[in-house]
Formats: sequence, structure tokens, C-alpha cells
Amino acid sequence: METIDMQAAFDPEFVARVQAESGQNLALCYQCGNCTAGCPYTFAYDIPVSQMMRLVQMGRREKALRARSLWLCASCESCTTRCPNDIDVARVMDVMRHMARRAGYAPEKAVKSFWDCFLDSMRKHGRVYELGLVADYVARTGRFWTDADLGPRMLLKGKLSLKPHDIQGKDEVRRIFERFAARSGS
Amino acid sequence: MSQALTYAYYPGCSGLGTSREYDLSTRAVCEALGIVLADVPDWSCCGSTPAHTVDHVLSAALAARNLAKVEAMGRDTVVTPCPSCLTNLRTASHRMADDSFRERTNALLDAPCQNAVTAKSVLQIVVEDYGIERLSRKVVRPLAGLRVAAYYGCIMNRPPEVMAFDDHENPMAMDDILSALGADVRPFPLKVECCGASYGVARRDIVARLSGRLLDAAADVGADMVVAACPLCQMNLDLRQEQINSANRTSHRMPVLYYTQLMGLALGIPEERLGLDKLCVSPRKVLRAAAGRAEAAKAQGSGA
Amino acid sequence: MRIGVFVCHCGSNIEGTVDTTSVAAMAKGYPDVAYATDVMYSCSEPGQEAIVKAVREKGLDGVVVASCSPRMHETTFRRAVERAGLNRYMLEMANIREHVSWIGKNREANTNKAAELVLLAVEKLRRNKALFPKSFDITRRVLVIGGGVAGIQAALDCADGGLDVVLVEKTSTIGGKMAKLDKTFPTVDCSSCILGPKMVDVAQHEKIALHACAEIESVSGYVGNFEVAIRKKATYVDWSLCTGCGLCMEKCPSKKSHDAFNEGVGPTTAINIPFPQAIPKKAVIDAKSCRQFLTGKCGVCAKVCPSGAIRYEMADEVITEKVGAIVAATGFDLFDHTRYGEYGGGRYPDVITSLQYERLLSASGPTGGHVRRPSDGREPKTVVFVQCVGSRDKSVDRPYCSGFCCMYTAKQAILTRDHIPDSQSYVFYMDIRAPGKLYDEFTRRAMEEYGARYVRGRVSMIYPKGDRLLVRGADTLMGEQVEVEADLVVLAVGAQAAVGSSELAEKLRISYDKYGFFMESHPKLRPVETNTAGVYLAGACQGPKDIPSSVGQGSAAASKVLGLFAKQKLESDPQISQVDQRRCVGCGKCALTCPFGAVKMVDVRGEPKAEVVETVCQGCGICVVTCPQGAVQLDHFTDNQILAEVNALCQS
Repeated sequence: METIDMQAAFDPEFVARVQAESGQNLALCYQCGNCTAGCPYTFAYDIPVSQMMRLVQMGRREKALRARSLWLCASCESCTTRCPNDIDVARVMDVMRHMARRAGYAPEKAVKSFWDCFLDSMRKHGRVYELGLVADYVARTGRFWTDADLGPRMLLKGKLSLKPHDIQGKDEVRRIFERFAARSGS
Repeated sequence: MSQALTYAYYPGCSGLGTSREYDLSTRAVCEALGIVLADVPDWSCCGSTPAHTVDHVLSAALAARNLAKVEAMGRDTVVTPCPSCLTNLRTASHRMADDSFRERTNALLDAPCQNAVTAKSVLQIVVEDYGIERLSRKVVRPLAGLRVAAYYGCIMNRPPEVMAFDDHENPMAMDDILSALGADVRPFPLKVECCGASYGVARRDIVARLSGRLLDAAADVGADMVVAACPLCQMNLDLRQEQINSANRTSHRMPVLYYTQLMGLALGIPEERLGLDKLCVSPRKVLRAAAGRAEAAKAQGSGA
Repeated sequence: MRIGVFVCHCGSNIEGTVDTTSVAAMAKGYPDVAYATDVMYSCSEPGQEAIVKAVREKGLDGVVVASCSPRMHETTFRRAVERAGLNRYMLEMANIREHVSWIGKNREANTNKAAELVLLAVEKLRRNKALFPKSFDITRRVLVIGGGVAGIQAALDCADGGLDVVLVEKTSTIGGKMAKLDKTFPTVDCSSCILGPKMVDVAQHEKIALHACAEIESVSGYVGNFEVAIRKKATYVDWSLCTGCGLCMEKCPSKKSHDAFNEGVGPTTAINIPFPQAIPKKAVIDAKSCRQFLTGKCGVCAKVCPSGAIRYEMADEVITEKVGAIVAATGFDLFDHTRYGEYGGGRYPDVITSLQYERLLSASGPTGGHVRRPSDGREPKTVVFVQCVGSRDKSVDRPYCSGFCCMYTAKQAILTRDHIPDSQSYVFYMDIRAPGKLYDEFTRRAMEEYGARYVRGRVSMIYPKGDRLLVRGADTLMGEQVEVEADLVVLAVGAQAAVGSSELAEKLRISYDKYGFFMESHPKLRPVETNTAGVYLAGACQGPKDIPSSVGQGSAAASKVLGLFAKQKLESDPQISQVDQRRCVGCGKCALTCPFGAVKMVDVRGEPKAEVVETVCQGCGICVVTCPQGAVQLDHFTDNQILAEVNALCQS
């Protein structure tokens, strides 16, 4: 294991950013571990959520933003709801996920692809077109057999629409994405 | 008689596909109770989880477009069956209470949102506005003998500051409804545990583990079926039950119904209007068994 | 008038952000100021001597000290000017520390503000007059409120010191929380064995009058002469006849009464003596569950009582006691763990509180000291302890550490292994707080000798799995989520202010914090005194405390009372209201608003007039602002003095 130079590893700008964007004071965290204890995803995480909070406290930007955990948090709000210090932990995770995305980190590619496909589908039709979303996802990830067992059954049950449900105002929705992209680009 | 309860209605995307039966049964039940649902015209997707993982203003804007539509309808309350939509609508409102956040959100929209609308779940208005007592008087086919586990999912009540409905650790809204319908509601300990959410496509292993645990717990408390209020939960538990069984080496055949479907049954609404045929694990067997148990109990009761 | 001004550096406390030399220089130009200087520490012995010397040598007749809050050192400087031969009320203080140097960093602004405050003090001092205290007789009796270990100790020490003691206890027996404990840390000696003799001493002490089942109704008067109304609640048993034989309990058919002494672990009878060592050992009927009261039909206890002591028609009685001092020792209550829905919110019978566990461990408890699960009576093999339930948790408004839970949890882990040798304990903790003598060694022993597995992390949820409980927590030292299947879960519930503490504080006219704990006069130097003269504190009513600290405070409060009563007479503070009866129109508003009952209406030549009872008036000034005629003035704080200060400030 590496020895960490705590002064060199501390990125004050990162700490300030996370705090400003999440509206949370990370100094309130006393590392009780309740978030890790209650998180249904801890088993799948590479870094448990209480240690993600610790990484922010210690200004460890790179290690925090490269964590797989950021992409596996489902925002189930168990951490936020039970935090004894009333920290909105899920929001801190979300904000770090935004920062990771901006930095181009996405160690859970399939998860990110699924979310991207979802938003693309929405941008295109105004509502999510489930069959199109899965087709897009398969094309992007090459995971040809994704839920191949479920598709026919869903079709049979009338649960998969073969056509998208485009809305009249789909351009309005598209413009939301465009304005967002322009704002983030500037 | 007071004026009919009328709400703007936001069905959510899954209501057009994977949760058709939720939308169908919600509409049928509300009609039967005299609750008027006026569809939000030309509603769009709320952005769900994917949007808030990208940016909070973007996420709020996608929700706010719909809130603005409700404002244009002249209504102050919008109801949705889906907790994921509900979370997005309520979180957007919650954050837009901050003026600068609202300005940044409105800057992404064609038509600005005044943030004058309250979003509620259909569950909440049934319990709070319609009333359990009133509902119990409408029951024509009690669900006697049916053992159920009410599963709320993770975000119907959390975080409590935003959702402001029911108890966040031990919610009772569905339990109370199901009791009023005559069902035997089991104390289900994992009412608010996450099922694996939208990771079914990208990380099936996660869903198998988390949803598997829920099915195990429901079986543990002796439930015949799980009763859900969330399209994602229902899909994970029902549609993916075979995947879960094979990953965990279990053999659950646990029907997973929407609470609105059971309400519909108890209110005497025909099955086809409730979409029972759209469930992967058919509830017919357990419904029949429950009816049998109820008959037997009645016979024993009158014989004694 | 010749005024001397002394501007204190307070080391660097004031001098760090205030130019005291300039302040003194400016003061020289203020009216009547004959001498001004800055001093390093005005409260030190040389500092005080400098004041005395200046008064004598410069012929001063008034002194302004610009230093800290008068709460800190007003008495000190009053004594100094008195030593110099002046009346002690010819002193004014300007608070340039708490009000200036500690709250701002701008040296120039601070210096100007300090100079202005000195000017105000000078202007007030110019209008001061000599005041002389009156002495009055005192009632050498003390009231102790609360019969837990702190109150017991205070009562015994006062009584041994020769005072008459009135001890008031809310429940039907003294002993408090300590009486419910099985063993005590860090010595693991039997709680009732060490407390029992003290309780008996209380019962047998001729100087102690014990009122159990009693509460304070109201308090009036002042230090040395309080009058206290005590409500003695109806017990429905004539205690002068009751012998405590217990026959009524044996025969009582209402067996579903809440057993408060056993923390509701099991039910008890409607007529009840809480435990064999109870003091007084007298029966009480719980009217809420007694058949006679609920249905009007029963009367079994009245029939079987050999001494004919049952009185169903008994009503509350209010008595009054005159005392000269009061010790509040009302203890604490436990945090209500049902607020934690994630721990079951009280729905799971085998998730219990630490005090309930004490009752299970205790040989005199409902299970005779055999640890059994409430749900099925089975002996638990895996016991999980969860610490900080209602402590250090902002989300439930309990951000403070309760202080003793780490210790009692270690004790309970040790006792668990003693009772059930093949059991295994797990303790979820955040930090182990064991700073007392032999305390840390004790918690180490729980791990090293008794094999308790300590896990550093909080528990997020507890839920039933089969007939056991799944406890899901974190091991933050490993960075892991952990689960353990438990037979019994014990929640280390924290301490909170006793129910009704804020109401009692208002009756006693003492301060309490936002959590309801009583405020001491100074957190370090006056830990058992309050800001109300004659009212003292002991034990956990002031904040969570363990037994040794509570006993220590009981003795400390007793020593304060004995010290107070060592004087033959007490002196009243002469800063009190005076009525100018020529201006008084007899409207009586002052008498109505006075919180101390110090204003009475008298007849002066056929006209009603207000009159202030000197020894009762506390100088709060409410009557002054109430009087529509301006007929009431508060000595040392007259309208003229306050207006002179305002004028000085507005013109400077």
C-alpha cells in the first residue's frame, strides 16, 4: 500500500466544489459508517460510501472521482434518510457523479451507456421508448443477449410498444437538452 | 355530497409499456371511487434517475416542463402512480424553492415554471383525500384469506423532507388500504429496501441479489404475494423473477401485483380492466387458494 | 466627584484588539475623571491593590473598571473598593472583553467602542449613590427535590450537618435509576447492595422528612425564606397504617398494570410496592388499571389488608413547607428509542433498552436474574449492543454525548458472559468514551477477558429474520458492511432531561438549556450553583452523569447549603425598587406583574399605594417599566442613570 502525503493529496478546490454543488458541509461527517451500513449497494461498491465521504474530507479528488461506486449508487436515499448528522449523502454522491462525468471517468460503462441511451430516447421522442432504448443499448455495448429472455414475453403481454410515443412538444424537450449542453459547454 | 376529487394526472412513461397494468388499474380504480384524473396534456418524461445523474438543473427542468403544463391546466396538484416520477417532480419543486435554482431551471425551458404545483402519489390521495374508511365501505369482494406483503420501495417516502408522506421507515399507507380490502397484511420488514432499481439491464447481478432478498423475506413472513407501488420494483420482482431464481438457486413463484390491481378486485372491477393478464407470475392460483381459505374459515365460523 | 478609571489588558484577551492605553488617555477627558490608567490584570492581587492605592492616594470617590463581564468579577471589584473605604456600589464596570475584544478584530473600532462604554460607565457612576444591604433571618431547613442517588446524598449530608431536610420524590420510592441497575461499573458491585443502606439511612434519619409520590406545586420567596407547596398525590393507601406486608399484591386480580420499576419488561399488579427494598415500603394503587376504579367492583385489597389501610376515596393533598435553600436533583429520563424506525420503532419484542436489560440481569427483576428473551423466554446466545441510540445524533435533536453508555454497555457485555458462559456479545460503537478512574481498563477488560467483539460503526437497520434479528451495520475499520444474526438486541439509549424539568425550572426560576437540562451558574467554577440564590443542583438534572459524579455533586450541593446556613443572617441586595408614593396612583399594575410577589398594596390615608417588600424584591425592574406614572424607580438603575448613558452615547 502506498503512503499518502496528506498535504500533497489534499485538493481544496475539489472539497469546495463538492460542498458548493451539494450544499452539504462535509465536516459534519464523523465517520460513523451508518451510510455504508444501510447502503444496499455496498456489496457491489469498490469504495463504501462512508469512505467516499472521507475522501471528500481529505480532498482526494482522483480517488473519489474514479470510484466505481459513483456509478452504482441508485439514489435510494437510505444514507440520506438515516444520517445522524442530516447530511444529504445521496446528493453528495450524485454531485461527485456529475464531476466524474465531466472529467470523463466512467468505470461502469454499461451503467453509463444505459443512462445515456435513456436520455437520448427521451431527447428524441419526448418520452422514453423502451424497445428503442434497449436496441440502442445493445448497439452501443455489444451486449447482444441483454434481456433476450424477456423481450418476447413482454411483447406477448403487450408490455413493449413497437412504436415510440412521440409527443407534440418533443422539440421543447430537445431544446432543454440543447440549452443545457450550450450552458455546460460555455 | 361534496365536489368530486379532481387531479391533474401524470402517468409516466412506463405506464405506456412495462407498467401498462398499473396505469390501467389506477384509472379503473379512480373511476370506481369517483376520483377524476385529468391527463396532463402532452406530458413528457420526467428524466427519471438518468437525468439527475447528469445534472440537477437539467433534471429539474425536465420535471418542471410538466409542472408548468399542470399550472397551465389551472390545477395545483398533480398525481402520479410512479414513485420515480414523483421523486423527480417533488425534488424539482423542493429545489426550485430556491430562487436562483428556479431561474437556472427556467432558463432551460420554453415556458417558465412558477413552482406552484404540488406533486403527490395516487397512493397518498387515496389515503389522505379519499380516506380508508370510505374505501372500506366500497369493498364488494373482500380479499379475505389473502396473505400479502406490502412493499413500498425505496423512494416513495424518502427522503422524508422531500416526500413528506407516511413514515419513512415503516410506511403504512398500503398496509392500511390492503387491510381495508380485507387482506391479511403481513408485517414485512423490508418495506423500504431498494430492489436494485434500474440496474436490471446493465447490472443484472445486483437486481438478482437485492430483489432476491425481498422475495425471500416475503416468503419468510408467509405472504402469498408481494404488493408493489412502483413500476421498477414490480418489474424487477415479477418480470425478472426467473432470472433471480436462477441466479440465487431459489424457486419463488411469487405473484407481484400493484396495490391498485387488488383494490380493483375488491371493488368488483372486471379483471381485464386491471391488467391481471399482464403479470408474468400469474396470481390466479394464490387468489383461488385465498378464496378457498376464506370459505373454509367462514364455514368453520358459522359451524361453531 | 473624583472618578478613577482602570482599563484592563486581561493579558492579551483585551489588549490584543483594543488599545487600552488610548482608552485610558481618552477617559482622562471624561467629566469628573480624576485618574485613569491601564493595567495588565486588574483582577489580580497587585491589580486590586493598585485600585485601593489609587482611591486612597488620589482621593477618589468612585471607580470604573473596564474589563470583563460583571458576571465574572463584579463581586471582586466591589470588595476592592470597599477595602479602599468606599461604598461597594460606587463601582461601575464596562464590559470591554465579551462585548468588544472577543467579538471584533478591528483594533481602531474596538478601541473607540471601548472608550464609549467607559464613558457610559462614568456617566452612570456620576449618579450612583451609596446603598446599604439589610440583613434578615433565615429558615435553616433545606428542600431536596428528587430521591435518586444525587438527592439521597445531598439529603444525608445536609441532615448529618444538622439541617432539617424535606426530601420530595415523584415516584413511590426513592432510589431513582440506580435502584434499577443490576451491577455498577467499573467495580461490578451490586447496585442495590451499595445503594440500599443509603436508602435505609434516609428512612431512619430523624432530620429527614420524606414525601414520596409527591411533586412540587409552586415555589415562592427567596434565598433563606422559600415557601414551597408540595402536592402529595393520592396513593389510595393510608401509609400511616400500611406495613408493606405485600398481601394486597398477592391477591390483586388486576395483573396487567404497567410495571414502571421494571421498565415494562413484565406487567405488575394494580396495587404495588415496586421492589422489596423500596423506601418507603408502602403500597400504591395505580388507578388507571385498578378494577375498583375502572368498574367500581372489586375491593379485594381492602378486604385482605390486615391493617385496613386501603382508601379508595383518597384525594391529592397540598402541603406547604418553609425552607431556606433548595437542591434540585431530579435526574434524567431515557431517550425514547421508538423514534428510530430503522431499529424497529418498538415493534420487535427482542429489541430492548439497556435499562430493560438491567432488569433482566437483576436477581430482583422479573426473570429472577435469568436472561430471557421477552418474545419466547429463550436464553439468548448472541446479544448485540448498539451504542449511541439517541446520543450524538443531530437528526433526533440529541447532539450531545450521554457520557455513561460506553461504560454500562461494557458492563452489560461482561455480565452477559457471566450469566451465559457460551454467549457471544457484539458491541457496535462509534468511539469509546471511558475517561474516568479505572474506566478505560474496564472497557478493555470487556474485550480482552470477556471476548466481547467490538465493531466500530453504527447500525443502520434491525429486522426480524425467522425468530432472530438481523442487525446490519458497518465495520468502518474494515470499510465493510456487516451483518450479525442476534437473539437479543440491546439499545444503549442515551439520557435526556427528565419529563417536566423545564416546568420545574420555571417554578424554581432557574435557567435550563434547550434540551431541558438545568443550567449551572458557571460551567467550571460554580457547577452546583444556579443563578438564583439559594437554589442548587445535584446530579443528572444538570446534564448526563454517572453515579460517582452524581454522588459527588450531591455532597457538593450539601456543602453549599451548609455554607449558606453557616451565616447567622443573610444580607439582601439593596438594588431594589422604591415607590415614590406621592406619584403612585394605586393602580396596582406593579403588584400584578411582579414575578416575586414583592409588591403589596397598602392603605395610606384611605388611598391604595404600592409598597415594595425589601427582602423579597429581586431588582428585576419589571414594575419600573409597568408603572404608568413613573413612580417606581430601581435603585442603582434609575431612569436618570439610564438616560444619562443614552445621552452620552448619542452625543459622543
